[in-house]
Amino acid sequence: MSAVIENHHDDHHHGPAKGIQRWLFTTNHKDIGTLYLWFSFAMFLIGGAMAMVIRAELFQPGMQIVEPEFYNQMITLHGLIMIFGGVMPAFVGLANWLVPMMIGAPDMALPRMNNLSFWILPFAFFILLSSLFMEGGAPNFGWTFYAPLSTTYAPPSVTFFIFSVHIMGASSIMGSINVVVTIMNMRAPGVGLMKMPLFVWSWLITAYLLIAVMPVLAGAVTMMLMDIHFGTSFFNAAGGGDPVLFQHIFWFFGHPEVYIMILPAFGIVSHIIETFSRKQLFGYSSMVWAMLSIAILSFVVWAHHMFTVGMPLAAELFFMWATMLIAVPTGVKVFNWIATMFRGSITFETPMLFACAFVVLFTIGGFSGLMLAIVPADFQYHDTYFVVAHFHYVLVPGAIFSIMAAVYYWIPKWCGNMYDERLGKLHFWLSFIGVNVTFFPQHFIGLAGMPRRYPDYALQFADWNMVSTVGAFLFGVSQLLFLFIVVKTVMGGKKATDQVWEGARGLEWTVASPAPYHTFTTPPKVD
Amino acid sequence: MMIDFFRNHSHKLFLATILFTNQLKADWFALNMTRGITNISNEVFELHMLIFWICVAIGVVVFSVMFYSMYAHTKKKNPVAATFHENTKVEIAWTIIPFLILIAMAVPASKTLVKIYDDEAGDVNIQVTGYQWKWQYRYLEDDISFFANLSTDLDEIYNLVPKGENYLQEVDEMVVLPAGKKIRFLITANDVIHSWWMPAFAIKQDAIPGFVNTAWTKVDTPGIYRGKCTELCGKNHGFMPIVVKVVEQDEYDAWVTEKKEAAMKMAELTTKEWTTEELVQRGEGVYAVNCVACHQTNGEGISGIFPALAGSDISLNNKERHIEILMEGVQGAAMNSFDYLSEVELASVITYTRQAWGNAEDGDGEIVVPKDIVEYKKPKI
Repeated sequence: MSAVIENHHDDHHHGPAKGIQRWLFTTNHKDIGTLYLWFSFAMFLIGGAMAMVIRAELFQPGMQIVEPEFYNQMITLHGLIMIFGGVMPAFVGLANWLVPMMIGAPDMALPRMNNLSFWILPFAFFILLSSLFMEGGAPNFGWTFYAPLSTTYAPPSVTFFIFSVHIMGASSIMGSINVVVTIMNMRAPGVGLMKMPLFVWSWLITAYLLIAVMPVLAGAVTMMLMDIHFGTSFFNAAGGGDPVLFQHIFWFFGHPEVYIMILPAFGIVSHIIETFSRKQLFGYSSMVWAMLSIAILSFVVWAHHMFTVGMPLAAELFFMWATMLIAVPTGVKVFNWIATMFRGSITFETPMLFACAFVVLFTIGGFSGLMLAIVPADFQYHDTYFVVAHFHYVLVPGAIFSIMAAVYYWIPKWCGNMYDERLGKLHFWLSFIGVNVTFFPQHFIGLAGMPRRYPDYALQFADWNMVSTVGAFLFGVSQLLFLFIVVKTVMGGKKATDQVWEGARGLEWTVASPAPYHTFTTPPKVD
Repeated sequence: MMIDFFRNHSHKLFLATILFTNQLKADWFALNMTRGITNISNEVFELHMLIFWICVAIGVVVFSVMFYSMYAHTKKKNPVAATFHENTKVEIAWTIIPFLILIAMAVPASKTLVKIYDDEAGDVNIQVTGYQWKWQYRYLEDDISFFANLSTDLDEIYNLVPKGENYLQEVDEMVVLPAGKKIRFLITANDVIHSWWMPAFAIKQDAIPGFVNTAWTKVDTPGIYRGKCTELCGKNHGFMPIVVKVVEQDEYDAWVTEKKEAAMKMAELTTKEWTTEELVQRGEGVYAVNCVACHQTNGEGISGIFPALAGSDISLNNKERHIEILMEGVQGAAMNSFDYLSEVELASVITYTRQAWGNAEDGDGEIVVPKDIVEYKKPKI
């Protein structure tokens, strides 16, 4: 402990350190937020490149570009990288930047742990990606890694995959603890729980979900590790184990995980719709209760991913009804957004375009989700492209559009410059068209009978697969434009005012643009 | 491994891809689920359409309000925003109404599900076992058993020849079912999890090692129906289709008799004296169906995952271990027991791998005859 005290005199500098040390040793929530955001963007491009390999192979029937073995590695890594490397760190980055500024706190509560939780992430993904170059290839069992395909039948690199997931989990848990402690202890006087901005609420709930389920995921991969190396038989039927147990454990983590990737999006979209409608959010408290209900329900619906494993009738009925129930709070949120826009004074800057697209396309994803909840119909939809279309609709124009909307919305506050509105709108329209051309036809392909995770397919699926691939490349290329716009904005551009947007409300808009390195070193006064 | 995906056919195939593109038969109108051919699958189709139209109706109402707002309530047309917020009556309404709609969906869905859940024995009971990457069918009453493998030619898959009408939807042996009878399937797996999906019957049941799931159907219309494996099961997941042929009762009876006779002939073959050439010739076919996916045509396997057979010590000099591996599998590895193959098939495929790729010249060249397998199977003291 004495070492800590002796080092204390180092803490008195106020600006960022120079060079690489600033980024390696930073404990500043804004720097760490920036690191998270750039990291997730890099992962988004890597995972996206893998999606391009997948779609290129599926452009036509027959094996053209890759072998089935490598195709399976691509679908596995694409899923893992986009979820754990793309969407989740992006939301953590936004939380780092925004939560302290929104509640009037000087920084995150646990700044050194904040540094650690970011800096272990690159190692996790380095380990995961390095498995591509190992003998036997990268993990090839899908991002859901069902045993025994991921245990007895896995390539040797599965052990690296397990450790990489452990590191990602540790990072997420530390990040979540930080968010919870910050929100619970560091709100400025006057910021009561029911006065917190919705993004803060959404992250408080998300953080609790993460703390609850990440250890479950860690348990699942540890049991795999034991089965593979230490002779246990948790998931091996021949040794008295139970392969279905794996799926129960995985989805007990996996379903809340789905909401972990959408709740912060709800928060972001609420802020943006409010700002650009120049009108107060229709129902603040019902939005909070809706998010809480969704979070609680998310713990009792996991087996709707497993309707075909052969559960008893009573279980099928329970999980069907519980799943359908989620439509109620989700509907409340959608109605609230629309009621907020109703008789507002709306302008359509880029963040608002993304937010409007989010509401419509996320709702379409919700509809297909409701259809998937209907067990007898799910017997036809399960593990087909209909499912692929469903979860990409909630994750791409859902989670990812909300992240892009957030970047356009807050980037003037982050770097003091306005982004190029014309380029931003161009990026929106290319992404919007690309996403729909890619994923809407996948509903058709799935209903017509094409299973997911197929490297090759029967001839009747050829036309719409070709369309889907064209859309995917359009969407993929458009994201390079996004990169260009962000870099251009960071380098320069029209200076932003402190409030940035005419209708913007909240503490983060009261500080200068760009936000100073340290904000709210003395708590603001909030009525 | 990165290089592996450019392996084999890649170079010659881009040209071939272009050449054969115009021969593809595709379908712009494959947009929806196909109507089923059994009572249950029809009911599932109706349910799907019902839920779909309810969602469309909700979508139209909700999006109309939103699009109207986006059109009429812009800053240009409405410079000053209204200030209303929170309205308990509206909020109760938009909580209760969706709840009622959900009940309207849940009732028919639950009714159909109860009908599907019936595991009473059928008139014909068939055990379906998923293997990497083929299906085994055992008719429990008639003691008929066979494997169904993909019959699409590799050259079609690699775009070297035009693709046939039933590309990737054809097998070397169809499951034959009698029309108008209740059929119960007992579905399990031998290695990893597979899933047996027959869209026309609305049956999708996971095939899980150590578990037996049931599903049933009653088909009145004779015909050929095609399905697929729907749980990722390794590299050839996309290449283990399901084809069912439903026939009238008399045709079914004739098929059963024929299958039984074929089984008798196979049993006679076990006691016959075999020459090396006969075994090798037969073994090459068995190898092509059962072994080639992992160990490859050239016997070299895939580095790091599937061991080479060409030049391996066991293939060269250890006949006893060779038989044992095929009968027992290798614990903790992807190599499973193949004891479900006939004695003739086992003996011939072992002999083939001991003779092919120069193994006969480099090793002891010993062959295995069906009687050796019968001997191995005898209980040991």
